[in-house]
Amino acid sequence: MRQAPIFRMRRAAVHTLLGGYTLIAILPVLLIVMNSFKDRKAIFNHPLAFPTPSSFSLIGYETVLKQGDFLSYFQNSLIVTVGSLFFILLFGAMASFALTEYRFRGNVFLGLFLALGVMVPIRLGTIAILEMMAKTGLVNSLFALILVYTAQGLPLACFVLSEFMRTVSADLKNAGRVDGLSEYVVFFRLVLPLVRPAMATVAIFSMIPVWNDLWFPLILAPAEGTKTITLGTQVFIGQFVTNWNAVLAALTLSLTPVLVLYLIFSRQLIRGLTAGAVK
Amino acid sequence: MTDSTTYRRARRWHILVFLAPALLVYTVLMVLPLAETLRLSLYTETEQVRSFVGFANFTVLFGDPRWAQTFWNALGNNVQFFLIHMAVQNPVGIALAALLSVPRLRGRSAYRTTIFMPTMLSFVVIGFIWKLILSPLWGVAPSLLAAIGLKSLFGPWLGQEHTALIAISLVSVWQFIGIPMMLIYAALLSIPDEVIEAAECDGVSGLAQFWKIKLPLILPAIGLISILTFVANFNAFDLIYVSQGALAGPNFATDILGTFLYRTFFGHQLQLGDQHMGATIATVMFLIILSVVAFYLLVIHRRMRRYQF
Repeated sequence: MRQAPIFRMRRAAVHTLLGGYTLIAILPVLLIVMNSFKDRKAIFNHPLAFPTPSSFSLIGYETVLKQGDFLSYFQNSLIVTVGSLFFILLFGAMASFALTEYRFRGNVFLGLFLALGVMVPIRLGTIAILEMMAKTGLVNSLFALILVYTAQGLPLACFVLSEFMRTVSADLKNAGRVDGLSEYVVFFRLVLPLVRPAMATVAIFSMIPVWNDLWFPLILAPAEGTKTITLGTQVFIGQFVTNWNAVLAALTLSLTPVLVLYLIFSRQLIRGLTAGAVK
Repeated sequence: MTDSTTYRRARRWHILVFLAPALLVYTVLMVLPLAETLRLSLYTETEQVRSFVGFANFTVLFGDPRWAQTFWNALGNNVQFFLIHMAVQNPVGIALAALLSVPRLRGRSAYRTTIFMPTMLSFVVIGFIWKLILSPLWGVAPSLLAAIGLKSLFGPWLGQEHTALIAISLVSVWQFIGIPMMLIYAALLSIPDEVIEAAECDGVSGLAQFWKIKLPLILPAIGLISILTFVANFNAFDLIYVSQGALAGPNFATDILGTFLYRTFFGHQLQLGDQHMGATIATVMFLIILSVVAFYLLVIHRRMRRYQF
């Protein structure tokens, strides 16, 4: 009983600290989104105020949609992200199934060979990658980006998926084999559906660096027709740097899809990140 | 006899089919380009003829006055960039994780989701957001500081040579604080209840419990975060390119290895791009990252494992 007030005070302190940091995390983003809906005068005179009916303006969005090709940037990002994810998940699951299911010579070596890619960034090979893409005529194609991101995502995908492949019951697979199913059917029909939660986790993890990357779009696909939303935003803002309405609107348009996806999948993402420790 | 050999051979083909796509993409687009980049660092090009020069590019990079000053400046900045992350990101991340793991905390998942949110946004968005907020033109930062009575502290932090690197590092910390917070939070939750109960029976609670019992147990997680931060920092580029430009201004105050590599490889202003010096810088970055990762895996990681349950 005597401890109750101290306990309550400590609770309040915890909430103050966490609440304070939450504000630091969210305020900058909120500020940008809020001001993107205001006219120029209000942006400068009352940056911290919510848009009011008198200060409300969509002029920034009009400029962005007229001048920049954000719809096409968005579409390019979508193609690259979905394409890379498809290959990362398919190839990654196949490889980790082979590595955990069968014993063969070189098994351990291949595992380590792939693990190397978890730690060493693919960016360091950029010079040779660009040379190769130039030779094969893939520069300024979305396919080049898909290939690079697939290579970038595979090591971690194999690492995580292998852990889950090991937990699939051997009895189930053997029962399938006794029934005359081929190894391919065993993998695609029996094993894949069981590791679906792990695939979702890997998908979320792999998606973010692909969607947000600036380096490879800048180097491999800077043409207008292949710009991703990240590069498109960067170039657009570089050109419209003094048009604050347009800059704020471009930033808001660029961050909204990620934010919406994050709010939908945050629980799954956080569970994946903490590997089941979060109750 | 024949049955078992055909069966075995059939199995071998499956293995190959399952492994081939991943290995092919990974080898062709990651391992070979990396090896080729290392090889290119030993060559130079004069009048479109490539010739082998051994380690001459490295001597130029480390010693030639045209290159060395920029290189050592970028390396020094990169080390500072990393040290600021370690000094701010880890303690704040640990503190947030400790606060989040307070039992029966209301609103836990809302705090968690919000604090992790900036990690999801792209460098481009983050870079510009902070550039706008810290801009003296807009005046948001000074008026926020004025609200807590610290207006006199304000300066154009991203534009001054002695503050730009610190400011940009803190922006990066702000973006990535969610990762240490989550990993440490998970590590704290995985401490068995018995350990905590035993500590409480012995009268160790509150802050003392955190320092003496929990902190030693989450050291492996802190080690992992440090190495992840190291690799990310020595490979960083986007944030600085977006907010400070390819020249990493003011006067190269925020130049790190990533921006130096980009400028060298692609050229800037009047200087032409140099593929071989670019490869040399990439090789140095590769060796730095590889040696630190190897040191971590062989020495630190192994020693820490002994303390696990």
